[in-house]
This record gives sequence, structure tokens and C-alpha cells, in this order.
Amino acid sequence: MKKMILALAASTMLAGSAMAADSIKIGVILGFTGPIESLAPDMAAAAELAMKEVSDSGKLLDGATIVPVRADSTCVDAAAASAAAERLITSDGIKAIMGADCSGVTGAILQNVARPNGIVMISPSATSPALSSAEDDGLFFRTAPSDARQGDVLADVMVEHGVKSAAITYTNNDYGKGLADSIKQAFEAKGGSVTIVAAHEDGKGDYSAEVGALAQAGGDVLVVAGYLDQGGKGVIQGALDTGAFSTFVLPDGMIGDSLPEAIGSGLNGSYGTIPGTDSPGGDTFAKMAADAGIKEGASYAPESYDAAALMLLAMQAAGSSDSSALKDKIMDVANAPGEKIYPGELGKALDLLKEGKDIDYVGATAVELIGGGESSGSYREVEIKDGKVTTVKYR
Amino acid sequence: MDILNAIVLLFNFIIIPALSYGSQLALGALGVTLIYGVLRFSNFAHGETMAFGAMVTILVTWLFQSWGLHLGPLPTALIALPFGILAAVAVVLATDKMVYRYYRRKKSPGIIFLIASIGVMFIMNGMIRVIIGPDDQNFADGERFIFTAGQFREWSGLSEPLVLRSTQAITIILAIVICAALFWFLNRTRSGKAMRAYSDNEDLALLSGIDPDRVVMIAWILAGALATVAGVLYGLDKSFKPFVYMQLLLPIFASAILGGVGNPLGAIAGGYIIAFSEVAITFAYRKFFGYLLPDSMAPDGLVQLLSTDYKFAVSFIILVLVLLIKPTGIFAGKTL
Repeated sequence: MKKMILALAASTMLAGSAMAADSIKIGVILGFTGPIESLAPDMAAAAELAMKEVSDSGKLLDGATIVPVRADSTCVDAAAASAAAERLITSDGIKAIMGADCSGVTGAILQNVARPNGIVMISPSATSPALSSAEDDGLFFRTAPSDARQGDVLADVMVEHGVKSAAITYTNNDYGKGLADSIKQAFEAKGGSVTIVAAHEDGKGDYSAEVGALAQAGGDVLVVAGYLDQGGKGVIQGALDTGAFSTFVLPDGMIGDSLPEAIGSGLNGSYGTIPGTDSPGGDTFAKMAADAGIKEGASYAPESYDAAALMLLAMQAAGSSDSSALKDKIMDVANAPGEKIYPGELGKALDLLKEGKDIDYVGATAVELIGGGESSGSYREVEIKDGKVTTVKYR
Repeated sequence: MDILNAIVLLFNFIIIPALSYGSQLALGALGVTLIYGVLRFSNFAHGETMAFGAMVTILVTWLFQSWGLHLGPLPTALIALPFGILAAVAVVLATDKMVYRYYRRKKSPGIIFLIASIGVMFIMNGMIRVIIGPDDQNFADGERFIFTAGQFREWSGLSEPLVLRSTQAITIILAIVICAALFWFLNRTRSGKAMRAYSDNEDLALLSGIDPDRVVMIAWILAGALATVAGVLYGLDKSFKPFVYMQLLLPIFASAILGGVGNPLGAIAGGYIIAFSEVAITFAYRKFFGYLLPDSMAPDGLVQLLSTDYKFAVSFIILVLVLLIKPTGIFAGKTL
């Protein structure tokens, strides 16, 4: 066994050194083990799809090939993730990082490894609002919107529905708390009043006490920042049963067909938002992903493709694969003005950039970077009609 | 009008929910107390017995539903209930034969039984999750409401709604019927009297020719049946989720101990006291005072003694207080 490992190690090292000429290594740091291990393989495959597309076109920096180097972020262990990133930079010599995935480890890698080494990171899935204000020396970008953004969008939808006051309940974890806070802040900034913000625990049989408190605080609507198969469903059922609320506002964790199925007609007229885009890039990517054997509708796979594509296009725009040069170009290639670039058109984009023309990378998720380099995100506004989740519009 | 609104509010959010929750706790606590009275140990597997009986009832309910068998406005689970009771009784009798009888023969102290019952709890918990899975199961059918919020508002003209769900009414009625039947059995029948005698003084009971094996068997049959009824009612009224029954152990034990463990009347009183305290202490009284007080004095805050997160802490505090101040409980049961 030991011999086999040694042989394997030796052969990978050989393979590594054989490709040294004219190749650019990109780190793909995702949680291949840990709580999101079921998502990571498809996310990595989507990122590598973009890298392969660029390599095959032979147009990046006069024919450079892209070599992805995978490493495990574990999603939860900041020390292990930092060590993995450090190894990729010092021993593999990667030029930039596509990753990491979970917000905690992403922040750790950014502070412990990326900033000291001056390496660009583009995360496809870290959504914590805290990363918006993190010190990043201009090195950190993300193709997923911050959770704070959803609060803002949802508050807009509520104001348009004429809601004056709202009660908020959230599932008692970081996601629920962060989302509830951002909804409260945004809704109050737009002139609404929040009567109560109360947590509920998932996995209980009985939510009558929680519903009682919410009912006493009152409000035009009840915002349920929870999970549709968990406490969120119980709270809505309880609120309808006691006649406390009749309209519910549903963030992304609550949107799904199983909710109206379980609750029935009482849910009609409730509304909410969920990340989604009607950009043609989404369909194109779905076809490309299916051909590449990526699971249909895999979470954050489009964001991963976009993260890798942005990184490579920025290299072309900067004329160098060096992080210090490409970091300034990412916003340029992602945003207008310029010709719109969809998935599968990376070769065309590389040509345009080489000619010195502007591009506006739209990609699979209609990427638009705002603020310190995070996706503005596009959301689908939905309403429950006749027991079905129906799309109202995209915003 | 405002006073009526305030009263309706109390009924809708405190009295009706606490009555049905209290009935479920009382039925659960009765089972715990009977086992303690006869076998002298706290049966930690009681929550799982509830879950097991409820699970079998659910499976039979689904079978009946697939056959198109209905009870009209009543939930189908009521016809499936006897099958759940039979299955739960079979399981508790089997565990008694396989586990507890051995320790009884060895005359082991109560603590050994208690630890053995924790083992039984884990095994049953695993079995339930293997059979029906860890998720929520919905098996309620029939009419959901006796009257809804809208109907009540229209009928009364009040601004506060009052809702009576059919499962709440069924729970309360069934609890009354079962408690009455149980007391009739304990006080009027030969077997019931034998059980009470055995619980009072084991040696004297044996001397007067009472068969201990029979008393133990009857105690298990009653406990299994009560547990199943409590489990099914809780599942119908709220939702069936295997883990929830493990959490219910705390309020159930608190009810049994508060009333005086080993004393059936105490278990019932304890169940309702715990339920009312849990609901009333974590309720926000803002609207209630808003109706009663003049506008200028109406409270701005929620007027909530404890956040709803502390619901279970309420029963825990009561449990600790009882053990400190009056360990025999209100109705002077046995000390634990």
C-alpha cells in the first residue's frame, strides 16, 4: 500500500512538472468533504468547464492552457482550508483561487492566505453579508449575492404590495438571523415598521407559542425567514389556524412546491423572492452543463462557471496572469459597457479583449458586480396562486 | 366589547391550546405514573412508546385511506387507533419479558431499571426511524375546524378571532373519557383494586394472594394504551415527528412528578398545570392589556414574561422547584 501511494505521488509530481510550460494553474478550493460535499463536485466541474473552454480556444495570452488544481476547503474547518490554500500557492504555484465556498472558510482563506500572498479569490457561493465589508486589498470577489441584498429586494416587494407593518420570524441559525436582520433594516429604511423579530427552532412539533407571540405583536404580514420543510411550515400552519395572519412573505428558503401542497389554499396570495434569472445565459449554461455531465439544476454551478470565466477574461484584459494585474480588470470585464458575453462565448470574448475592445460578461447568472466586487444578484419575485408557485417578474 | 375581545383572545391563544396540550401531557403522565406505581421506576422509554403507537396508527391510517375508508368529518386515525394500541402493548409486553423481567427476578434497584429503560428508549427510537423515517408525517384528515376564525368573527362581530380545531376538541373529549374509564377500572374492578394494593404495599398484596405477574402485565397494557392515545392525539393535533416525542419526556415527567408520582389524579392535574404554565408564561399580553386598559395606558412592548424559546425551560423550572420544595408532589405521591 505504501509503495502504491509513493508511486502515485511520484507519478502526479511527474505529470505536474511535465505540464509546466505555458500553463496557468488555478486553484479550485471547494468543500469536497463536509456539509456541502454533495454540491462541491458539480461546482468544481462547472468551473473546470470554463477553464477547458478557454484552454481549448487557445486564445488566452497566446495559447496558454489552464490547469485546475483542486483542494478541499471542508466548508467548516478554517485551519484546514487555510493550509490547503497555502499549499496550492506555495507548492503548486497557482495564480488565482476559484473559491472558497462557505462564508466562514472563505473569510479565513482571504485573511490568512490570499491577502498575504496577493492572490485573487472569486467565490461562487459565499453569501455572508460580513464579507462585503471585510478588508480584502481589492483581491476578493464573489459571483453570489450577499444575503443582505435579498433583504433589500424583499423589502422592495413588500413596499410595492402596500405593506405598512410586518412581523418577522426566523429559523434560529446564522442564515435566518442574518436574513431577518437585513429584511428588518431594509424594510424600516423604506418607511415600514417591524413589530417583532422572533426566532423559531426547527424540528419542533408545536409552534403555537411562537405564533401566539407573533400574533400579539401584530402586523399586516408575517415574514417567515425559515425552511419550508421545517419550522417555517409549522409557523405558517399555526398562524393560519389561529387566524393570526393571512398573508406571508417568503424568502428563498421558503419557496418550493411542497409548501403550498402541505398548507393548502390558505397560502394563496402570499409572495416572496428567490435567486433566479431570466437571462438567456442560464439556458445556454444548462445545456453546456448537461453535456458535461453536471447534475441538472446543481446549486451554485452557474456561479462557479462565471467565477472561473471572469478570472480568465480578466487575465486576458490585463495581459498577464498575475493576480496584482488581473484584480483591477475583473470589474471591467464583468460590467457594462461592452459587448455582452454569454456562456460558451469565452473564445469570442478573448478575441475582443485582445483587440482592446470592452466586454460585458453576462454569463450564466447575469453577473453584475457592485460595491466591493460582489454580484448584485437577480431575483425572481413569486406569488402563490391556486396552490402553485408562479413567477411575477425578475428583479 | 373590549372585555369580550380580551376574553376571546385568552381563549384562542391560551385556554384552548393549553387544554388540548394539557390533555396530551396528562395522558402521557398517567402512563409514566402507573409504571412507577407498580414497577417502581421512571420509564424513559415512555416517549418512544408514544411514538411507536402513533407510528403504527399512522401506517394503519394510510392503509385505510388507500382503501377509501373514512369516518366522515372525524379523522380516520380514530379507527386505526385500536391497532396502534395493540402494537404498542405487544411491544411493551415484549420489552418487559426480554428486559425488565430479568431485573425484576434479580430484585435490582430502581436505578438499574431506569438505565435499562434508557437503553430500550434508544432501541425503539432507532426502530421507529428505520420504519417510518425521521421526517414529519401528516395523517390528519376529515374536517380540520369546528369553526374557523372567519366564521367566528362573522357570528360574533368581535375583532378577535376564536378557532376551535376538531383535533383539539377530540383531544379534550377523548382525554376526559379515558381518564373516567381509568378511574372506574382502578376503583371499581378487581384487577384495578389489585393493582392499587400492589402499588401500595407489595408484600401485603403478595400475602393476600395477588398474582404479581398479572398486575405487572395489566400495568404495561394500560401504559401502552395510554401512551398510544397520547401519541396519536399529539400527532393529530400538532405533527408527528419521531424526535418530538423524546423532547416531550421532560414536560411529561414534570407533570407526573408535580402531581405526585404514582398518583393518577396527580398526573392529570400536573399535566394541565404544566401546560398552562408553559403557554401562559411565554405568552405576550400586549393586545390583552390593550383591550382592558384605556388607550393612554396601553403597553408599547410585548408584555411577555419569557421568550417562547424558553417554553421547555418553564417545565424544567417547575420540576426543579417541586423536587426542592415538595418532592412528593401536590397529591403526595411517592418520593423519587
